[in-house]
Amino acid sequence: MAILILAEHDNASLKLDTAKVVACGQAIGGDIDVLVVGHNCDGVASEAQQLTGVRNVLLADSASYANHLAENISELVLGVASDYEHVLAPASSFGKDVLPRVAALLDVSQLSEVVEVVSSDTFVRPIYAGSVLATVQSLDDKKVMTVRSSAFDAVATDGNAERVPLAQDMAAQSEFVEQSLTESERPELGSASVVVSGGRALGNSENFGILEQLADKLGGAVGASRAAVDAGFVPNDLQVGQTGKIVAPDLYIAVGISGAIQHLAGMKDSKVIVAINKDPEAPIFQIADYGLEADLFEAVPELLAKL
Amino acid sequence: MKILVPIKRVVDHNVKVRIKSDGSGVDFNNVKMSINPFDEIAIEEAVRLKEAGIATEVIAVSCGAKACQETLRTALAVGADRAIQVNTDADLEPLGVAKILKQIVKREAPQLVICGKQAIDDDCNQTGQMLSALLGWSQGTFASELKVDANELSVTREIDGGLETLMLALPAVVSCDLRLNQPRYASLPNIMKAKRKPLEVIELNELNVDVKQRVTAINYTFPATRSAGVMVEDVAELVSKLREEARVL
Repeated sequence: MAILILAEHDNASLKLDTAKVVACGQAIGGDIDVLVVGHNCDGVASEAQQLTGVRNVLLADSASYANHLAENISELVLGVASDYEHVLAPASSFGKDVLPRVAALLDVSQLSEVVEVVSSDTFVRPIYAGSVLATVQSLDDKKVMTVRSSAFDAVATDGNAERVPLAQDMAAQSEFVEQSLTESERPELGSASVVVSGGRALGNSENFGILEQLADKLGGAVGASRAAVDAGFVPNDLQVGQTGKIVAPDLYIAVGISGAIQHLAGMKDSKVIVAINKDPEAPIFQIADYGLEADLFEAVPELLAKL
Repeated sequence: MKILVPIKRVVDHNVKVRIKSDGSGVDFNNVKMSINPFDEIAIEEAVRLKEAGIATEVIAVSCGAKACQETLRTALAVGADRAIQVNTDADLEPLGVAKILKQIVKREAPQLVICGKQAIDDDCNQTGQMLSALLGWSQGTFASELKVDANELSVTREIDGGLETLMLALPAVVSCDLRLNQPRYASLPNIMKAKRKPLEVIELNELNVDVKQRVTAINYTFPATRSAGVMVEDVAELVSKLREEARVL
């Protein structure tokens, strides 16, 4: 029994999500191989070789894979999948784009956002915006699934896996035009240990500056509710929730966020939740470990001063 | 250009779902059902393309029991030209739905399929990608902007670090993110008109598609509830609690 894990990377470095998916692979049990697909990604393969518990790192390095397009990557994965009983990827925008395509080509079902391994064919996954947990058993020969990385701890990096180059090269159907990534010095939202999030109550994008200061003071990342994103205060890649990012930091500070179920879906597994809101009836207070009923424009600067 | 829009009937997004007492499933008794919010965005986008003179016909399709005709009428009221219900009581998984949709695509020959990126009940986020794979078409998932030319489609996608733009050759499958558009409300006259628009019912067994279950649910539970927290008086108390009690600072 062997497990294939599709690595997530930007051709320069391996994303921490991959190390978390390896931990999920260890919970399933069996030989773990990591597949690195990209272009000029030699360094990524070396990083993947260091992940504890990995047997082989398969490397498909070609210009046609440079932009990680789902069409040709899924064909490549299909080509190597015959040796594996499990095919895993992080439940990131990359994994969600590629893996259902792989599953359909293999004619198997796919499990999304697995949060717990019960056995090699039985897994737990959240449904209805995380308000229900479903324990499901896959009846397919191959189990293809995306893994919610916030539910697993990254494996260490003292491994020494074998590198296996793959010769496949498949042209993509689509053409990559451009990417505009949000520039930030702050830690990545998905893996930050502290997240400071703001909602509609911030009022405008300038006011988000005080949350950025708070995040910087705590060495954390900035997040947002859908309302704040829709109002144009911050870019959409900062959205936390059912349709945005799922985070589980040590400390989550929700500022001016009412706590709609779709937002809670993205952060309710945080270790400590702090809510600052002037509405005492806001649902966020029902799940916050520490609630402060106050005007955020007074409370946040005061908090900044006291830290 | 013909556009096909798959639609799903789901528990309304404002409903707090209940689980049957034996944990065997979600309780749908007396629960408000609605069109999946992402599918509403998909139909809106298709109708806008029609209004822009790019699309010639918009076909809404839904797979499920008779009640999903109601959901299809919603799509018709917003501006779809006609609807197809694939009638079945089977519990469909994304792979099964994708296989059904593939057959509908063969019959209707649309050049573009626009679907929601995920259904808010199963939260799978799979069907569009699977359909695209089965058809051998290109895909533009999590779209927040769409520009259609004669043979090409420019899709701006929401990705983890920001945005990305792809050019897709048609035919293609596009899945919508929340920010693609703001769906309109159906006016009363349009709701009345929608009742007279064609709605074809196709029995699932006519399509000869394998929709057997690949995944069985063992049980459903609620996640552990968080223990009730405390309200603090002021910022000073908050900081001291975070330092001394929670030890996160």
